Amino acid sequence: MAERVMERQAQGYEQKLQQIFVAVGVLPILLVVAVVLFSFMSDYFLSFNNIANVLRQSSYLTIVALGQMVVMVTAGFDLSVGSTLAVTSVTSALAMSGIAAGNPDAPWLAIGGGVVVGFACGLSVGIINGLGVALLSVSPFIMTLGMASVGFCAALYLTAGMPVRGIPYEFADTFGSGGFLGLKAPVWVALVLFIAVYLLMTWTRFGRHFYAVGGNIKAAALSGVNTRRTLFLAYAICAALTSIAGLLLTARMETGEANIGTSMPLQSIAACVIAGVSLRGGTGKVPYVVLGALFFGVVENGMNVSGVSSYLQIGVTGLILIFAAVADEFRRRLSARTKD
Amino acid sequence: MTNGSLYREVPPTAPAGAALKGGAGLPLLRTEGLCKHYPGVDALVDVDFELAPGEVHVLFGENGAGKSTLISILAGANQPTRGQVYANGEPATLANVREARARGISAVFQEFSLVPQLTVAENLFLGAEPTKHGLLDRGGEIKRAQELLERLGFPLRADRQVQYLSRAEQQMVEIAKAFRSDLSVLILDEPTASLTERETESLFALIAQAKARGVGIIYITHRIAEIRRIADRVTVLRDGRKVGMMDAAHADETTLIQMMSGRPISQIFPKVKYAPAEVVLRAERISTEDGSVRDVSIEVRSGEIVGIAGLVGCGKSEVARACYGLLPLAKGKVTFAGQDVRGATPRRMLDLGFSYLPPDRHKEGLVLSRSSVENVSLPALHLGAFSSGIFLKRRAERQTVSNLARELQLHPFDIDRDVGTFSGGNQQKVLIGKMLTREVKLFVFDEPTVGVDVSTRVSIYQLIAQLCEGGAAVLVISSDLPEILHLCNRAYVMFRGHVQVELQEGQITEDRVLSHFFERAA
Ligand SMILES: Nc1ncnc2c1ncn2[C@@H]1O[C@H](COP(=O)(O)OP(=O)(O)O)[C@@H](O)[C@H]1O
Ligand SMILES: [Mg+2]
Repeated sequence: MAERVMERQAQGYEQKLQQIFVAVGVLPILLVVAVVLFSFMSDYFLSFNNIANVLRQSSYLTIVALGQMVVMVTAGFDLSVGSTLAVTSVTSALAMSGIAAGNPDAPWLAIGGGVVVGFACGLSVGIINGLGVALLSVSPFIMTLGMASVGFCAALYLTAGMPVRGIPYEFADTFGSGGFLGLKAPVWVALVLFIAVYLLMTWTRFGRHFYAVGGNIKAAALSGVNTRRTLFLAYAICAALTSIAGLLLTARMETGEANIGTSMPLQSIAACVIAGVSLRGGTGKVPYVVLGALFFGVVENGMNVSGVSSYLQIGVTGLILIFAAVADEFRRRLSARTKD
Repeated sequence: MTNGSLYREVPPTAPAGAALKGGAGLPLLRTEGLCKHYPGVDALVDVDFELAPGEVHVLFGENGAGKSTLISILAGANQPTRGQVYANGEPATLANVREARARGISAVFQEFSLVPQLTVAENLFLGAEPTKHGLLDRGGEIKRAQELLERLGFPLRADRQVQYLSRAEQQMVEIAKAFRSDLSVLILDEPTASLTERETESLFALIAQAKARGVGIIYITHRIAEIRRIADRVTVLRDGRKVGMMDAAHADETTLIQMMSGRPISQIFPKVKYAPAEVVLRAERISTEDGSVRDVSIEVRSGEIVGIAGLVGCGKSEVARACYGLLPLAKGKVTFAGQDVRGATPRRMLDLGFSYLPPDRHKEGLVLSRSSVENVSLPALHLGAFSSGIFLKRRAERQTVSNLARELQLHPFDIDRDVGTFSGGNQQKVLIGKMLTREVKLFVFDEPTVGVDVSTRVSIYQLIAQLCEGGAAVLVISSDLPEILHLCNRAYVMFRGHVQVELQEGQITEDRVLSHFFERAA
């Protein structure tokens, strides 16, 4: 008797689990598993300090992934986010150190000038991407791959490959290591941008147009949507967000560097894909993208604090991505089966 | 193919009907109590079906009746949940397409199974590539493919890449694939859906040829005229069940439609009061840059339903697309609601009150990965009803779409579901819903009832009539002749980019329309 009851209960749990899986997808489950796993492997993992640390480390990827998502929803992707980071970092640092050298008593003048210059230069990468994709109909792959090289080249050329020093320390102090209510500045910035992108994608016409253009560009055009402007905006927004991440990273490192974003294109696309953003465009939810970026942050941090070799870490990330894709396919089949 | 014969030898039998009535000849294929269950739907329930040598057996039924499911089981592409298939009298398991082919059963599905990047010859011999000394015999392959195409009378070159062929030509390749090996059963799923009249004629000639050799043909169609033309027997399916089987001679239009829909449809087409008022759209001697429309003048008034008829590719669709700003004009003038609208964009035309329903809902109509709510509101998103400033009024949006969906009887009634998961008829309802969210002076329906079931068709006609009587101008562009004959107050017939004739109210008869389908009136 008791056995039968337990069996039935087990079946009930299994069904519940299945339902949860179909409803929320694989990502929240992976995130919970990772947190539980690492909290066993290291006592430090769940400490407040470490959690704050994970949030800070993940904030840069989160911001870039939000931008990447906007582009991916329009059925493209942006491979030049790494170069955008580099361009922003290098140009803002050069401007800051230049202005600061001339006006040593006005650090905030230097910071303001550097931020404007860095942001403008980063944004220009997205503007060129947008023009190429929207007006000249270059494929997003080629256009952003090309701009990735051009941007990286510009950043290297401007610095001769050397880190740019001479940034006012107030910049690093405020936006790098500074904080508020126990959380660092980049975390707050990421939070604000998350809300902004959420509003943009779900509550404005522009967001709706991104989904429509990515889902069926012809239908969107026939419905009166300005598809070129929509595509252009997507790349511009992606670059704008990435530039902000670039400024925050510069503040964090206190130098301008050309190679701060080399792994960013892959990581940001991975964070989106694991969050259920389709490579074919037209789908994707903003909160999930944030979870996707956080998940990679948790895994990286967890492996660090529990002493997994960094060589292994790279492989683990790849495996998780493939596993997530397989699980997602399984989920699609399951949801087809459990429908009505 | 080596023996040069296209057809499997069939013992001489009496004509199909006689053989079966006498019980002498064995049917090529027979099914007993065939069932197919999908989660939530019985696609087939206890279907008995048979196919005699040398007959054309039409499967008739609404969308979703189970026709495609039945033939996919017969072609080995799908397995029944219960029931038995007999081939030449013996129980047969058709585990996959290869096994069905080995028994001489080949199907041409609605979705083609061609590799676009390969040539015609490579596609024809895919899976059975001829080899020489262990290497591909590429020359031989092309030669044999060309021979096969010539024998079937298809004007195709075997070395062309399939992606550059028209849909009709791709279908020829599919049919040729069926004839590659010995053939005893040929299955065609709505083969004329995208063919021009002329291509349809050559398909029928081919069917007659195959029939004469004793090949049994299962033919799925929506078009009643085709049953008259080629069928020997008709089996009608509804909701997965066989409703009846009869000789084609007894299959008149009323009987067929009643059997198919399960209820008497006394009137499919509503009577529309003809009350033409002011001119809304006027195209004067327009020609498009791509040459698909040449020197065409039309006008549409409010309170009338105007039709444009013609073969596939005659330019009837392009006239409307040019007016809507989708095709650049080389010459001529378009006036809409009193304004010169040459060079206008769809956005501007929409704002002026021009609403265009594209013919292909998957390609140009709907964003399949998004919900009905988002699809329906898309053309009107910038209007005050749906947004204030850049922000959306999502509650008002849901309310509007929900009301529209109820009016259009969307089924299932779930406006948050991805549009791609709805049936064809319901997708069409969503597409039509997109036209109803804002003020419109002219509705252009380009093939409004393609691939929808009869009941949806009726409600679409009723809606069109309502819109017209409400004072809007309506332009119906259609390849479906009855639509032009029974629904329109006035009609243009086009041929090769020209308007052949304009028929006034009372002049629109089948003979008059058809006589202008082909050549210029002298
Ligand atoms: N792979 C499938 N999974 C679930 N349901 C299906 C599948 N294929 C067909 N159906 C359902 O089976 C029914 C019959 O479909 P089908 O045979 O395609 O009809 P027809 O060809 O007559 O339009 C429909 O209700 C359809 O939704
Ligand atoms: Mg079908």
